Amino acid sequence: MKNRNRVMGLVFFTLIVGAAVFGPMLSPHGVGELSSQRLTAPNLQNWLGTDLHGRDLLTRLLYGARISLLVGFVGASISLVLGVAYGLVAGYFGGRLDNAMMRLVDILYALPRIVLVIVLITLFDQKLKHTLDGTILAPLATHARLLLLFVGLGLVEWLTLARIVRAQVLSIKERPFVLSSRLIGQGTPTILFRQILPQILPIIVTYLTLALPAVILEESFLSFLGLGVQAPLASWGTLLADGASLLNPIATPWWLIVFPALTLTSTLLLLNLLGDQLRLDQDSR
Amino acid sequence: MLLFFIRRFLSSIPVLFSVLILCFLLVRIAPGSPFASERALDPATQSLLEKKYGLSGSLPNQVLRYTGNVIQGDLGESLKFRGRTVTEIIAQSLPRSLLLGSISFTLALGLGIPLGAWSAGRSGQATDTVLNTLALLTLSIPTFVLAPLSVLLFAFSLHLLPPAGWGSLNQLLLPSLCLAIPFIGSCARLTRSGLLQTLRSDFIRTARSKGVAESKLVLLHALRPAILPLVAYAGPLAANILTGSLVVEEVFAIPGIGQFFVNGVMNRDVFLVSGAVLVYCLLLLFFNLLADWLTALLDPRIRLSS
Repeated sequence: MKNRNRVMGLVFFTLIVGAAVFGPMLSPHGVGELSSQRLTAPNLQNWLGTDLHGRDLLTRLLYGARISLLVGFVGASISLVLGVAYGLVAGYFGGRLDNAMMRLVDILYALPRIVLVIVLITLFDQKLKHTLDGTILAPLATHARLLLLFVGLGLVEWLTLARIVRAQVLSIKERPFVLSSRLIGQGTPTILFRQILPQILPIIVTYLTLALPAVILEESFLSFLGLGVQAPLASWGTLLADGASLLNPIATPWWLIVFPALTLTSTLLLLNLLGDQLRLDQDSR
Repeated sequence: MLLFFIRRFLSSIPVLFSVLILCFLLVRIAPGSPFASERALDPATQSLLEKKYGLSGSLPNQVLRYTGNVIQGDLGESLKFRGRTVTEIIAQSLPRSLLLGSISFTLALGLGIPLGAWSAGRSGQATDTVLNTLALLTLSIPTFVLAPLSVLLFAFSLHLLPPAGWGSLNQLLLPSLCLAIPFIGSCARLTRSGLLQTLRSDFIRTARSKGVAESKLVLLHALRPAILPLVAYAGPLAANILTGSLVVEEVFAIPGIGQFFVNGVMNRDVFLVSGAVLVYCLLLLFFNLLADWLTALLDPRIRLSS
């Protein structure tokens, strides 16, 4: 029963990723293709209707999936690396270093995340563009904002993981197998990566499945505020914001709100269910 | 006990000031000037303005001046809303967010705990699965999706509730529900998992074998230790929810404090942002303290002084 849930979840997740990768190629409409058919309700030609500029919503959603998922993956991975490294060091070395490191986490916790991300993005947006322009990475310069979004979201997400990892390491490092590996003369890096890290791997994997929806959610929120992905790129959050801005009491183009909302919510629900299942499996072990 | 409160109070002062200084610095080093407008500002005016608001000189000097003022209770003047002090703005907008937030917080706990307990009582049955999926669903719907959708449905289609505004009771209903819904879900989940864990413990088995009724078992014996994780979660939640949600306030046109967090940063309105963050941080520290105290009340094994 549980196994079936997990398989179903993975199948659906693969479908979503597949749609993001291959979907745009199958669509007859271009992503920025304008047409005179503005704000048409769903029909045979435009399955999910068109937006204010006559762009096909389904195509935009498929392209948006690429951005949203990419931001989710990269942001979650960055927070993963940071959180694990920070937690490992603080937990293993303990004492004053641990104290100082954890106070820093406390302080960052008390700062509203949104303030941190906004400042990070605006602070380095232009600088990064200029730096990239002179190098071989110049093609990336136009996407400086996107790169910063990755880093910024990763930077605010890692705090929780750092606390979890640290707490785990604190108890694991007292266990006999760590002591014995120290006795036979293994160095600190070996102990950290070969002895302790494998022990906390299941927790990390679970965290990743839960951080992925969290980062996607946060990106969509930033895009909703107009701070995230910039036009012509569009994420699910941008599409939703576009739809919500057309909300009015007379004739709201409902499809522009309902379909992006459904896409975003069902994806997040799926990821949350998957993460939940993984956590349950761990608990029962 | 008193010692615990005093010690916690003292240890939170450095955290408070670190957050305040960090926030001030972050906004000050961000590019763009709070005085910028469409026209380019000539350097003389710029420096005069900076001097007037105490933003001239080196960064450490500015920080020192600002923290000195804060200690004396002066949060400075807003740079964007000219002529209004930050204290004034907060005093005006915070009560609205507090009202909205406390309704939402009550909803989150008042609905979340019973739903979670119900779900735990039916563990493994269809009710449990449905409730659990629903709870996850509430966590998967962003507020900025929920808010426009509910306006579309309840205000524009069914004409049951007003779409926006502030003042009357039926104007409060939709925004406070939108704000509360994700937290109802997480409260229910925390209660459920806490209860399931507690119901497996030895003292529950003892009580059950003594013949205590199942409902009494859950309410009187199990619930108390089971909601400990919820209490820890509710501390930061209260601070979050009381300082308002930017999205809910924007969609329903409520002039609360939430909007100042983001708008302040965008405008580089350094005093306003720092003031708002100060309020947030104070609430956070206060509710964390409250949560720790409640935890010790609920779990006699925990000693406050340690």
